[in-house]
Amino acid sequence: MEKLIDKQRVVQYMDGRLLRNNVLKFLFFLATLFGLIVLVVLLYRIFTQAIGWLNVDFLNNFPSRRPENAGIKAGLVGSLWLMVIVAPVSLILGVGTAIYLEEYAKKSRFTDFIQTNISNLAGVPSIVFGLLGLTIFVRELNLGRSILAAGLTMSLLVLPVIVVAAQEAIRAVPNQLREASYGMGATKWQTIYRIVLPAAIPGILTGSILALSRAIGETAPLVVLGIPTFLAYLPQGILDTFTVMPMQIYNWTSRPQADFQNVAAAGIVVLLVVLIFMNSIAIFIRNKFQKRY
Amino acid sequence: MAMTDGNRSYSVRKMIKENKKKQNGQQFIEWLMPKLLLLTATISVLTTIGILFTLLFETFIFFERVSIVEFLTSKEWLPWDEKTGSFGIAPLVTGTLLTTAIAMLVAIPIGLASAIYLSEYASEKARKVLKPILEVLAGIPTIVYGFFALTFVTPLLQKVIPNLGIFNALSPGIVMGIMIIPMVASLSEDAMSSVPNSIREGALGLGSTKLEVALKVVLPAATSGIVASFMLAISRAVGETMIVAVAGGSSPVLTFDVTKSIQTLTAYIVQVTTGDAGYGTTVYYSIYAVGMTLFVFTLAMNLLAQYISRRFREEY
Repeated sequence: MEKLIDKQRVVQYMDGRLLRNNVLKFLFFLATLFGLIVLVVLLYRIFTQAIGWLNVDFLNNFPSRRPENAGIKAGLVGSLWLMVIVAPVSLILGVGTAIYLEEYAKKSRFTDFIQTNISNLAGVPSIVFGLLGLTIFVRELNLGRSILAAGLTMSLLVLPVIVVAAQEAIRAVPNQLREASYGMGATKWQTIYRIVLPAAIPGILTGSILALSRAIGETAPLVVLGIPTFLAYLPQGILDTFTVMPMQIYNWTSRPQADFQNVAAAGIVVLLVVLIFMNSIAIFIRNKFQKRY
Repeated sequence: MAMTDGNRSYSVRKMIKENKKKQNGQQFIEWLMPKLLLLTATISVLTTIGILFTLLFETFIFFERVSIVEFLTSKEWLPWDEKTGSFGIAPLVTGTLLTTAIAMLVAIPIGLASAIYLSEYASEKARKVLKPILEVLAGIPTIVYGFFALTFVTPLLQKVIPNLGIFNALSPGIVMGIMIIPMVASLSEDAMSSVPNSIREGALGLGSTKLEVALKVVLPAATSGIVASFMLAISRAVGETMIVAVAGGSSPVLTFDVTKSIQTLTAYIVQVTTGDAGYGTTVYYSIYAVGMTLFVFTLAMNLLAQYISRRFREEY
């Protein structure tokens, strides 16, 4: 009897398909690992360059023409000053917008417009925000190259991220809580202020801290504003000129002397430590306080 | 009617009065808060209007001094000499497109492959470890990537390509691609994860291998989300500043040679604003025209991404 199925051919064909599956699975896995490998190389490279340059003097010194005397004090303090403006302004505007959109706004063209506008703003390159800040805050409002001008520019830059994070956090608060509050005779604002916000705050904070850490690492808009890199004093108030860590690193990176590359690496380590610190706070808040309903 | 309780006396009328006062205050807050919140919500709209108006207004002044025909057609960007200067946007645009293309050649295959691995092959455990690590890659400040491109990737590439300049398009392009991998991976993975399992199970039941499920079933079903993620990645690469400013150089020349120093739209703005081009000079206004070009490019890409993901989404 003639065989209807040629077993050998089927096995051969199947082997090919399985081989392809396994080979590509391995390649896909390698692609995923690629990012991890680059991350390790990058961190290793920067830490080995920074070793020897990273000491207490580096944290305590102002920038200098001589690499061995250069320090990041002005940048570190400046970055903290920047947060003094960015944190309250972006949080109030961002959370306010999110509450309005989630709790008050009726579904209308205007609401849709605000929502679309926010997602488009998130896609605008940061350097364009710098141009906005240069024209409006530095020149028109005459704030100069101050902490206030830079802080307001950065607040607008991170605003869309905070709005989206806050919206998600508010949306995750179940409606039963709101209804129970209304049932007890609470008004709308009382419900939002005493029920919805406390429940949403861990989510809002987690998203906001991540957004603020983006503002700490951002360089381009500040370059456009003309923030100086060589400052030998600390700012005393929000109208003073200042510098931040990324600007300092940018300046050191673009200097020709090889030693300044090591100084830049040391600066990057300090910047990364600050970012890791902020991110761990965010993760801590998420794990500790976030409730699942 | 009055009740006495020790020294204090209460009257019902007084209590009603006080209660009303309190309620009036409450009502005022109820009236005020939505308006205050609406005010905060309009800030984001005002930001967009602000961006549009500053760019339009200053670009308009620029075009009073330099003809728009020259801006669009001239092949030379020599802004520093007021007399013999030429303002042709082409070299900056090609510089930008060159680095963007290199970045996409890195980010799209690797990002998509990672997305396929994470969504189709990886166990729940592996995904929980790998995804946050990829996200760390996305959280590193761009100036750090710029430093990495200039001090590590360029010297490394110079060993392979001896005539590679210190500043070139290749190295920042590659590093920018690496930076964008997490974005492509996570957006594409989201698109692929939203393909329902029943479809996968159907294909597996018919005897497909996992690879065939991924490439012939899941990928086509998630195309709109994946293509949208590519568009967003392009937009991100076009707007990226510090990597190209640090490692790309500042020579606006019309070239497609990746080993040469180039200048992108963003790097030009950085060059002008770190230098001392005085307020009111043509060079000063030129950064707004360049910024406008950049804004139009990225906005178009973002809108295209939104359109694709809405229009071609497969609904299950």
